[in-house]
Amino acid sequence: MKEWLDLAVALIIVTNFMLVNTSRLMACIRIVAIQAVILSVIAVLTHLHSLDVRLLALVLITVILKAVVLPQVLRRVTVGTGIERELEPFVGYSLSLMVGGGLLALSFLMSHFLALPVPGGSPYFLPASLFTIFTGLFIIIARKKAVTQVMGYMSMENGIYAFGVSLAIHEPFIVELSVLLDVFVAVLIMGVAIFHISQQFDHIDTDQLSV
Amino acid sequence: MNHPPYIHVAVSLLAAPFLFGVINKVKAAFAGRKGPPLLQLYYDIVKLMRKSAVYSRTTTEIFRLSPLVSVAVGVLAVMTVPLGQKESLISFHGDIFFLAYLFGMARFTTVLAAMDTGSAFEGMGASREVQFSMLAEPALLVGLAALSLLTGESSVAGILSSLRSGVDSASGHVVLPICVASLFIVLLAENARIPVDDPNTHLELTMIHEVMVLDHGGMDLGFIHYGAALKLWVFSSIIAGLLVPVKTSGPFAGVLLVSAALLLVTVSVGVVESTMARLRMLRVPQLLTGATILSLVALIIAMR
Repeated sequence: MKEWLDLAVALIIVTNFMLVNTSRLMACIRIVAIQAVILSVIAVLTHLHSLDVRLLALVLITVILKAVVLPQVLRRVTVGTGIERELEPFVGYSLSLMVGGGLLALSFLMSHFLALPVPGGSPYFLPASLFTIFTGLFIIIARKKAVTQVMGYMSMENGIYAFGVSLAIHEPFIVELSVLLDVFVAVLIMGVAIFHISQQFDHIDTDQLSV
Repeated sequence: MNHPPYIHVAVSLLAAPFLFGVINKVKAAFAGRKGPPLLQLYYDIVKLMRKSAVYSRTTTEIFRLSPLVSVAVGVLAVMTVPLGQKESLISFHGDIFFLAYLFGMARFTTVLAAMDTGSAFEGMGASREVQFSMLAEPALLVGLAALSLLTGESSVAGILSSLRSGVDSASGHVVLPICVASLFIVLLAENARIPVDDPNTHLELTMIHEVMVLDHGGMDLGFIHYGAALKLWVFSSIIAGLLVPVKTSGPFAGVLLVSAALLLVTVSVGVVESTMARLRMLRVPQLLTGATILSLVALIIAMR
């Protein structure tokens, strides 16, 4: 039981590194979706002793939204813009991996000093969720394409979700729901925006938007 | 523990070329061919041993020394790594570094020998070999360090035996799979297998390791092949030891278990080789950095 939880948390860390290392947009979208699924499995596993219908329904909604609906929106946008991969990011992929290693160390260090209670979960849960947030932020900074930046935003939201599940023992989903709404709206708006950017400028490089 | 570890060293020295036969059989099965016989590398080595080496006039003693060094390093490494439940012949504190840098030394002399021929082609291969091994080395060392931290031992034999008797730290089941993944990538890179280097290509501009031994012939080439076989054996048996960290009763069961794990590692090398294409030269550093990061993750988790 606990072994599976630890392994799932390790998988989260690995998916973050994959996200940082992939240049293909479709692969990125798939990774973020897989991450959301793993996170939901973790959420169910952590609250297994106090599982009820309300919680299950919330998890189910989250999974459908983050692993099916949002990826599908992003896929359509990506296909619409005709871009397959992020070719010239601000930070190269090997360097991104190394930065990721640094961020991982940082999040373990931070969670060591934070010393928050870890209810029933794995001790790696807090650092892993911090790491997911950091990775999302890093991707927003380091990539040029608007689609990839939205992906970073979603990864960050995954991290917040993990953080909420690990910390708020009783009402983890109040925070989560509001964030989820934000992300849903953001992804929709960004989807429309990206589409219009690519219509207007023939590319979606955000650093070339100023005329 | 009823017979001394000499026997398993002898077995390893004898059985090492067999692994290449297994890899080639797997590849042949994927391609629908019959493939070379399992003992092909033995035949090759015996054939080469009966020939005398030819030396170019531009080469010096360094060129003649390097095949000997690679075999000697292989033999020493086999003595350092235990097979199955047995202890290894050589074991002391910190021999993980000894092991890593033994291969570093072998690589150094191979590179020197390649430069010694004065061929620009071999110099290019040497430069690539050094570049990629520079990236593979941290992955290997950090991975071994994570295992060492997990078990509190600093010798290969100690790490494997304390893994068998069960790790009390809760992070063992997370660290171990990550380390296996990372060390497997290192195995592929260090032994010039497919995602990094293609062992079947000769005289192609993409090759790395093979290019450096082009000028060796006869007995020397036999030594180099045998050294490579020993190197693959050592890496595979470390990973095999990590794959089956269980204590078995009876000496026979342990040997059987480790042989099965060795076979699994070898077959998966063959499967990777048959299903993947060689990576572009520019992508190789990314793969190796990824392996280093995996090792780093294992180390950080082991530190907790």
